[in-house]
Amino acid sequence: MVAFLAALGALVIVDAMSIAEDFTQSSPVGPKTVPLLVGGLLLVIALVLAVDVARGGKGESEQGEDIDLSTPPEWRTVLLLAAVFCANIVLIDRLGFPISGAILFWGAAYALGSRHWVRDPLIAVTLSVLTYLLFVRMLAVPLPAGPLAGVI
Amino acid sequence: MDTFANLLDGFATAITPAHLAFAALGVLLGTAIGVLPGIGPAMAVALLLPVTYSIEPTGAFIMFAGIYYGGMFGGSTTSILLNTPGESASVVTAIEGYPMAKRGRGAQALAAAAIGNFVGAMIGTLLLVLLAPWVADVAVNIGAPDFFAIMLLAFIAVTSVLGKSRVRGYAALGIGLSLGLVGLDPMTGQERLTFGSLHLMDGIDIVVVAVGLFAVGEALWVAAHLRRTSGQVIPVGRAWLTRSDIARSWRPWLRGPLIGFPFGAVPAGGAEIPTFLSYVTEKRLSKRRDEFEHGAIEGVAGPESTASASAAGTLTSMLTLGLPTTATAAVMLAAFQQYGIQPGPLLFSTEPELVWTLIASLFLGTGLLLVLNLPLAPLWAKLLLIPRPYLYAGILFFASVGAYAVSGTVVDLVVLLVIGVIGFLMRRFGLPVLPAVIGVILGPNAELQMRRALQLTDGDLGGLANTPFSITVYAVIAVILLWPLLRRLLPWPRRRPAPVPVETPPPDDDHEQESLREEVYNSRR
Repeated sequence: MVAFLAALGALVIVDAMSIAEDFTQSSPVGPKTVPLLVGGLLLVIALVLAVDVARGGKGESEQGEDIDLSTPPEWRTVLLLAAVFCANIVLIDRLGFPISGAILFWGAAYALGSRHWVRDPLIAVTLSVLTYLLFVRMLAVPLPAGPLAGVI
Repeated sequence: MDTFANLLDGFATAITPAHLAFAALGVLLGTAIGVLPGIGPAMAVALLLPVTYSIEPTGAFIMFAGIYYGGMFGGSTTSILLNTPGESASVVTAIEGYPMAKRGRGAQALAAAAIGNFVGAMIGTLLLVLLAPWVADVAVNIGAPDFFAIMLLAFIAVTSVLGKSRVRGYAALGIGLSLGLVGLDPMTGQERLTFGSLHLMDGIDIVVVAVGLFAVGEALWVAAHLRRTSGQVIPVGRAWLTRSDIARSWRPWLRGPLIGFPFGAVPAGGAEIPTFLSYVTEKRLSKRRDEFEHGAIEGVAGPESTASASAAGTLTSMLTLGLPTTATAAVMLAAFQQYGIQPGPLLFSTEPELVWTLIASLFLGTGLLLVLNLPLAPLWAKLLLIPRPYLYAGILFFASVGAYAVSGTVVDLVVLLVIGVIGFLMRRFGLPVLPAVIGVILGPNAELQMRRALQLTDGDLGGLANTPFSITVYAVIAVILLWPLLRRLLPWPRRRPAPVPVETPPPDDDHEQESLREEVYNSRR
């Protein structure tokens, strides 16, 4: 986390430095000031956090109703979920929302441990198609139909 | 007083079928997500932000406010029947509610909670009606320096008061502010943190940030630690109260709003602290202290009433000052920005119809919630049986729909995943999410106000504190920042509840609270 914050801070500052200050600008505070402040803040925080961690300070992982912190994190589940999510990113413009959405739901449910071979895909398809209709017909938000265009 | 006339106008608009339907939908959804674990009002409103593209603002806010209030009602059900609070606001309710249910008094606990929420929401909303126009009047002349001071206060207060570690709070704030920087500089149009991407030039849409941090981050985090065995739901009948229950409950119901409303209005972390204070108060005042921790009805009635009243207090600050004090209010503020409406003192004069219709709907929604919850609580409890994989798969599903709907490109989905991973890491390393969200939502606006203020004084920093209002706010900020120091130096009177009960545990009186607090946290596991 320390490394992440320091990197983010550095990134913000470097990016701010690259902004060309216009000599004719009317405002005394240009577009650079706030990014420099935020970047500086991040670097200071990273430092303080590093000291805190070195002195034995530990962030308390967030708790929740469905969360069991006594077990080690299951990275497999998380990675699978991320993979399913990426699949949706790749597929949504190719197969259209109804299909890729169904794959997303089913894949996510599978990743989380659901193994009903009939019920899972059925729920996924129903949810996906209904959501598609809700967004496109009622909310007038366009979603890609894909090869199913004209069918639903 | 034209407040009353305004409110009547509001009711007239609120009872049109469309607005009533939005109120009903809001409270239904709110109760459902209140009952469901893993999804809170903030996430629900974030997931629903895409509706702002097609629904008119009044309807959308009626629905969002209904969700907020409904979440307060629904949260108690899980606390009582399952010992796992659906919301942070109902953590305390589990202490007495669950033992009551175990002793076969679940129906009474549910009734005490539902009526408590009703009383709290009603009194809280009434206070909102009385106070909001007055606050808006006082604050109507505030300018850029004052706005900047208020937003700075929001940053500092939310980061310092919440959570156990200040450094981690500020780290979260920094992440949020950085995300808010992405895009074109609002004053000069120069690119910042866009890395040459055309898409990022518009900035990261607030829908993507909110959904990423709340929904995707949460789903990934739960996935890493999903509890494989679920708890046992205690079966319960219709909610009802005996005469002696009412005799024991009515005072706690009425005391709740007095604690909840002010705490909801200040940036002190929403309902968690006031519900806890309400519990301690009721325990002290009760004639049946021996019953506490074995299922005392006062310990359910008081905190639940407090929780709902704090929601009303939160709305007061959000509408009159544009100051979000909880995550849900922050996301609602984002919704206002989607419509190009700036909440703040001017809202009451620029959008009177929206504000008063919203307030009138709060009354209607509260009434509806009582009807929904009192007889139907056992039905709502059935929602707990939903298989967890479906619940979290559904959250991911709707998160990606919402993000895609922002602009119809997959770039937003990629950004969503990145922000989701940031949200995951924040949860893993104990960084609170709220400061980050507040940073993203208020950051750009704060920068704009600061630069406007400095422009007026030609760069002189004194331009930031040249009004009585802003000086007062800076004084408050100084007190918050120096609070841990002050607390050690001054022999503080013990009677008054300290706004920062987490930091340094003082001896005797507060010690009891401290150990209780730990107990509460442990019981959630």
